[in-house]
Amino acid sequence: MKYVDHASVVKRMGSRMIVNKIFKALFFLATLFALLALGLLFYRIFIQGIGYLSLDFFSNFGSRFPEKAGIKAALIGSLWMMAVVAPVSLILGVGSAIYLEEYAKKGKINDFIRMNISNLAGVPSVVFGLLGLTIFVRALALGNSILAAGFTMSLLILPVIIVSSQEAIRAVPKDLREASYGMGATKWQTIARVVLPSAIPGILTGGILALSRAIGETAPLVVIGIPVIIQFLPENLLSQFTAMPMQIFDWAKRPQEAFQSVAAAGIIVLMMFLLLMNSIAVFIRNKFQRRY
Amino acid sequence: MVQLKVNKQTASPLAPFKSNQESTENKIVYDTRQLNLWYGNHHALKNIDLAIKENEVTAIIGPSGCGKSTYIKTLNRMVELVPSVKTSGQIIYRDRNILDASYGVEELRTKVGMVFQKPNPFPKSIYDNIAYGPRIHGIKNKKILDGIVEQSLRGAAIWDEVKDRLNENAYSLSGGQQQRICIARALAIEPDVILMDEPTSALDPISTLKVEELVQELKQNYSIIIVTHNMQQAARISDRTAFFLNGEVVEYDKTDTIFSTPSDKRTEDYISGRFG
Repeated sequence: MKYVDHASVVKRMGSRMIVNKIFKALFFLATLFALLALGLLFYRIFIQGIGYLSLDFFSNFGSRFPEKAGIKAALIGSLWMMAVVAPVSLILGVGSAIYLEEYAKKGKINDFIRMNISNLAGVPSVVFGLLGLTIFVRALALGNSILAAGFTMSLLILPVIIVSSQEAIRAVPKDLREASYGMGATKWQTIARVVLPSAIPGILTGGILALSRAIGETAPLVVIGIPVIIQFLPENLLSQFTAMPMQIFDWAKRPQEAFQSVAAAGIIVLMMFLLLMNSIAVFIRNKFQRRY
Repeated sequence: MVQLKVNKQTASPLAPFKSNQESTENKIVYDTRQLNLWYGNHHALKNIDLAIKENEVTAIIGPSGCGKSTYIKTLNRMVELVPSVKTSGQIIYRDRNILDASYGVEELRTKVGMVFQKPNPFPKSIYDNIAYGPRIHGIKNKKILDGIVEQSLRGAAIWDEVKDRLNENAYSLSGGQQQRICIARALAIEPDVILMDEPTSALDPISTLKVEELVQELKQNYSIIIVTHNMQQAARISDRTAFFLNGEVVEYDKTDTIFSTPSDKRTEDYISGRFG
């Protein structure tokens, strides 16, 4: 008994091939649309902002006059903020990930915590801004300082860092842990000498991507009341400061036409920053990727 | 003395398993008494009684899921890495019960090395792989470490192959070489016993042969317990063989006896390839 009628299979071949091509075209167009939109955005920003991008732009403070406006205070302010965010979020994030993966008992509670951390990663940043306003600015009376903003941003990106670090730690083969335990290593020795060295590329990649999110976030800074007209550089962690996204936001909402171009110049600087950080993440991933 | 299932029918000189002859034999290194082990509700090891001798190769054979890997992992308590494991009974190692909660696993594992089923070198240099054990136990002196690395690699019969590339990543070696690196790594902590959990199951025949030869050499200085899926391997390299089935020891005797005149029908069926 033959079940497959080859004649009809051949007859249907034509329409199958057409459907095949339609789907290929559909997916290609979807990709093309995203790329075009991005390209257009870059083009517009670049054309608009390049005129204002000069050395003076980096060395001037904010100003009422577009031609005198500069990004110095915001750029330095962002760097200060990152100096708080990077250590705080990485230490807390990687620490929690190690605890959850290596020490905590696997079970319902662990699953529940893990699920909630993943959900936290999706909470809108403005909510974290309100949290920061309540806890750091008001309750701890840090005011709208670098420290308050840094802590708020750290909270914002902490879930992302925890989740990506957990994944990196989980990807370390069980064999390697067994080999270490089998020679009488303690848990900490195994983590420090085997697990972390193998997981560090993944942890850093996720960490840097999270940090680049923190550098571009605006909403939490608006909520905790970071000022924009700052004519001095921060002196310590409790100083007032402004950050690049705040500065750009302020320029963009000004009525004068010329400030739109200043905002575009600011965006170019911010994008360069993000691009640089993401390239570092890709570099680390490629350079330290391990085979098992 | 522990009760063993001894072949009483055969009076062959190959089975000199009587208590009055114990004194001329090697000392017992691991004495398992009434060991039971559960994974959750699964009763994986049932009333195991097994006395393992010094400076011998003891093979543990049996079909998949019979508990042989579980047993060997209980001997250095690696089995505890699985959550929800419960044990009862005793395993006396050098006069102390290792199942006692007060017996530190780290201490036990410095005396009992282990080689795993799949070669599992660290993604580090060959040198750092071998020096890992001594380093975690606090040896920092470069001269001493150099000495340990050379001695261990020689002990695992791989020194000549790797002496010029000690700083290369261990992953650049072949699977068989990696497994001998893992054996050398186990030797580096100068253990008393070496546990091997199907050490050749991932290796080609030539690498397998090298590891088997190595096991023969190592038993001069170490007591070796080897789990194997391969009955010919057990027959070739071991002095004693224990046959596990469904979590129980069916028969434990001199390897020659097990393979020539087994006393239990199930052992005979297994070694003649009728099941498993």
